[in-house]
Amino acid sequence: MVMTSNVRRSVGRAIVYVLLIIFSLASLLPFYWMVSASLKPNYSVFSFPPQWIPWPLEWSNYPKAMTFVPFLQFFVNTLIIVVSTLIGSLMSNILVGYAFARLEARGKNVLFYIVLSTMMLPYAVLMVPQYAIFSSLGWVNTFLPLIVPSFFGNAFFIFLLRQFFMGIPRDLEDAAAIDGAGLFSTIVRIIIPVSWPAMITVCIFQIQFTWNDFLGPLIYLNKQSMFTLALGLNDFIGQYTGSWNLLMAASTVILLPILLIFYFGQRLFIGGIVMTGLKD
Amino acid sequence: MKGGDGDCYYSRRQVHMANVQTEVMSPVKATRRRRNSLQAKRERLFYILVLPWVIGFLAFTLGPMVYSLYLSFTHWDLFSSPRFIGLGNYAQLSGDPLFWQSLRVTSIYSIVSVPLGLIVSLMLAILLNQKVKGLSVFRTILYLPSVVSGVAVSTVFMWVFNPQFGLLNALLGELGVKGPGWLSDPNWALPSLILMSLWGVGGNMIIFLAGLQNIPVSLLEAASLDGATLWRRFWSVTIPILSPSILFNLVLSIINQFQTFTQAYVMTNGGPLHSTLFYVYYLFENAFQYLNMGYAAALGWILFIIILVLTMIVLATSKKWVFYQGE
Repeated sequence: MVMTSNVRRSVGRAIVYVLLIIFSLASLLPFYWMVSASLKPNYSVFSFPPQWIPWPLEWSNYPKAMTFVPFLQFFVNTLIIVVSTLIGSLMSNILVGYAFARLEARGKNVLFYIVLSTMMLPYAVLMVPQYAIFSSLGWVNTFLPLIVPSFFGNAFFIFLLRQFFMGIPRDLEDAAAIDGAGLFSTIVRIIIPVSWPAMITVCIFQIQFTWNDFLGPLIYLNKQSMFTLALGLNDFIGQYTGSWNLLMAASTVILLPILLIFYFGQRLFIGGIVMTGLKD
Repeated sequence: MKGGDGDCYYSRRQVHMANVQTEVMSPVKATRRRRNSLQAKRERLFYILVLPWVIGFLAFTLGPMVYSLYLSFTHWDLFSSPRFIGLGNYAQLSGDPLFWQSLRVTSIYSIVSVPLGLIVSLMLAILLNQKVKGLSVFRTILYLPSVVSGVAVSTVFMWVFNPQFGLLNALLGELGVKGPGWLSDPNWALPSLILMSLWGVGGNMIIFLAGLQNIPVSLLEAASLDGATLWRRFWSVTIPILSPSILFNLVLSIINQFQTFTQAYVMTNGGPLHSTLFYVYYLFENAFQYLNMGYAAALGWILFIIILVLTMIVLATSKKWVFYQGE
């Protein structure tokens, strides 16, 4: 009896491992296919049957891909937008999230439902009118349409931070209030230091969103000197159709920073989602 | 979601009491007035803090929504001023075969990829919830694809789907199967993009994993002692407890899949033979390539209404199948 249940348990465990390994391979193979193509010389990209392990390694694909188009310029442009939206997003969402978590006012619940309902709004319905508004302000071919909205809060981040703030014991703030601390100093000195898992989660999501965003830059930026990395890569596809090794080198360079940020932030990041997730 | 009234410094009743004032001040009333002013101050603070969001909502969401509704009744090429044409755009839409094609493509894509994505992500979450060694490594690997998206991923998948030299047909070739033309074949292009969407289910997976970790072990053990099979425990314990996460993922997946754009723009240009003409891609074409701004605004409003109705239907039925613990 004991034996059979042990056998059954180890068979079950083996099945779990086999499935996990199969799915992990499916996750990783496209990345592998990208990196391996990025290191192949032109002739072996198009060898048939395809070469699974690239040899010799053609490292020069990387500098080549980076110099054919002004990638450094695109990188700087993307970085300007990322850093600006990060600042805007943190400032606005912390304040709004705190207000919904801790302060009481008439109309608060109605307002909160409006905040949540904006999550369901498709960007497509705002695309045309926002373009009309921003273009009448002369903001086309500037970074402003991509940056300014982040200073006014985002429903998902407000929800996430509110959930996190509500889980912080109130005693800390009460003690600060007795010491005569005002609201802003309470937020800066008490709330922010204990909420950094949530802050990092917001940062990673915001970086990820801005870095990967394509539709926004596509609509607003049409001078090459203003391009983001995503736009630059799209342009690159058009110009070098078939140069898969260079395209894959460029893709690798664009994906790497996001993968690294996720890798180093993941414990906090996944923890942040699990903690704030769907508790309420 | 609950409002969390009970957690707040001052309950509604106190606000109400503090608002009732009389002329003569007794010591008690003086305290009340002080509390009243404190409450007013708190309320003012609330509105100061949420002001950025309110301004942003009016300027970047509500305002544009109303403006777009107006634009949908006009003919507008961006340069001359909008000309009112009543329901003209909507009438034109109903006879536009490409509009119906884009609706069809987007619906098929969503109807297949949403449930498939939920099933795969739930399966992955259940695997990651087993007690085996090396879980955090597997969790990282399985989540990795959903960190990336956009043009770079589309480029990589163009290469993965390459009929002659791509990953998929190389794998199939090893098995002795001659793979299809994927993106270049009108019958396979949409299924290819559905397959690709499964690569990015990591976000749903994490939400499910968080939900699974909320299931009390005692509950599953009790069911097991009562003789419930694995299958039975899955349907009678796991699924009901997970139902709020299922609802959350379902609603967000529908909203996201209906807005698919980048893959169509970068990988297929809506083709071949309009087989991947996604709704938002068609909207974008109308707005920024043909400069039919009024027509595009009408397309936007129809998408908004479709998503609204679908969300309402899901939320309305959810009362029947979503269970909240502690209720």
